[in-house]
Amino acid sequence: MTIKAVALISGGLDSLLAARLIQQQGIQVEGINFFTGFCVEGHTHAIRNRDRKREKRNNALWVAEQLGIKLHIIDIVEEYKDVVINPKHGYGANLNPCLDCKIFMVGKAYEWLKQHNFDFIITGEVIGQRPKSQRKRYLPVVAAESGADDLLLRPLCAKNLPATYPETEGWVAREQLKDFSGRSRKPQIALAAEFGFEDYAQPAGGCCFLTDKSYSVKLQDLWDNRGQREYELDDIMLLKVGRHIRPSSEFKLIIAREEGENNFLSGYKRQFQTIKTVSHAGPLALVEGPPLSPQQLELACAIIARYSKGRDADSVELLFSNREQDSRKIQVKPLAAEQIRPDWIIV
Amino acid sequence: MSDIVELDARRLLCPMPVIRLQDCLAKQPAGARVRITCTDPGTMSDIPTWCRINDHRVLANEQQEQEYIFLVQKASDGD
Repeated sequence: MTIKAVALISGGLDSLLAARLIQQQGIQVEGINFFTGFCVEGHTHAIRNRDRKREKRNNALWVAEQLGIKLHIIDIVEEYKDVVINPKHGYGANLNPCLDCKIFMVGKAYEWLKQHNFDFIITGEVIGQRPKSQRKRYLPVVAAESGADDLLLRPLCAKNLPATYPETEGWVAREQLKDFSGRSRKPQIALAAEFGFEDYAQPAGGCCFLTDKSYSVKLQDLWDNRGQREYELDDIMLLKVGRHIRPSSEFKLIIAREEGENNFLSGYKRQFQTIKTVSHAGPLALVEGPPLSPQQLELACAIIARYSKGRDADSVELLFSNREQDSRKIQVKPLAAEQIRPDWIIV
Repeated sequence: MSDIVELDARRLLCPMPVIRLQDCLAKQPAGARVRITCTDPGTMSDIPTWCRINDHRVLANEQQEQEYIFLVQKASDGD
């Protein structure tokens, strides 16, 4: 009988090592990776020109290839909204619901396991490592609330935990598992060297935009100004791009910072009011909100002109377009730097 | 030879093009061919990697201005 394990693969070092430890015991492993919409992986380096020069590699795919396993990438954007909006265990330092997130993902892996006749789940969790979901008292909470219970094995710290079903059944030799704990990365780095892994991604903590303070502030601003805690995928993508400036509660400007962002935002011309400088090189901006009044449009243009090459000119011409339905040109004097009120800038 | 299934993944950022391809191939019989058109340059790495680890074949790939086009054939035993 072939024993099969499904591994949660984030693309970081820990899940790579956990999967390899289990593979070494002759168990068939396949990987599962969840796309929440908040994943740092991939997005920003597809948008910004400066990031386009970096190596483009999805680390979860890279890990799967190193391990020689299949990887199933699962879109959980819709279901994940409830985790972000109503986290039972609350948020971390920002809008990161790390404990609820881990419970949800292990629960989804457990569903997948049942559908595909796999035998147990492995994660790269290590007791006492960040984030909060890996604190010792929370590891049993993840196992219990996900429904996985003792089918959840954490190979990197298993010796510090009660034996799981795969161990008591003899599928996995407990003595070959590890007893890592705490925030030190030295044991993982040593094990990576032992396995011959050199080019792995920087581990832990940086895989989700919700752990980022600036991103969380923008998401909270979006909820506050809509009067309800909800979002669509485009909303959370746009929070990753551009300067976000809210001169009033009625509208927000998303102003591109460079050519790559201009190109990305131009894909939204049919969904938003847009403003683009024409007399001088400058950014494209999306206007989020109801149709602008003439006064609001003039203010928006003056702000956007401030971020163009014409910032010191007496007059800058801009093109306003309403979802590509109608457009008109507007002349404004750019705001001076000190006229951009700090409380308008959402960071 | 069977028809080619066309898949439009333009404007989608990785890993969404990979997910679209994965979900499309899951509905196709073994040996089926899918042509996916993307705009995220990350797909130049991600789609061939995903195909390699899942035993699917990239029969052709080309870049036309800002678009990246892949012709993929589903593995004989793939899912």
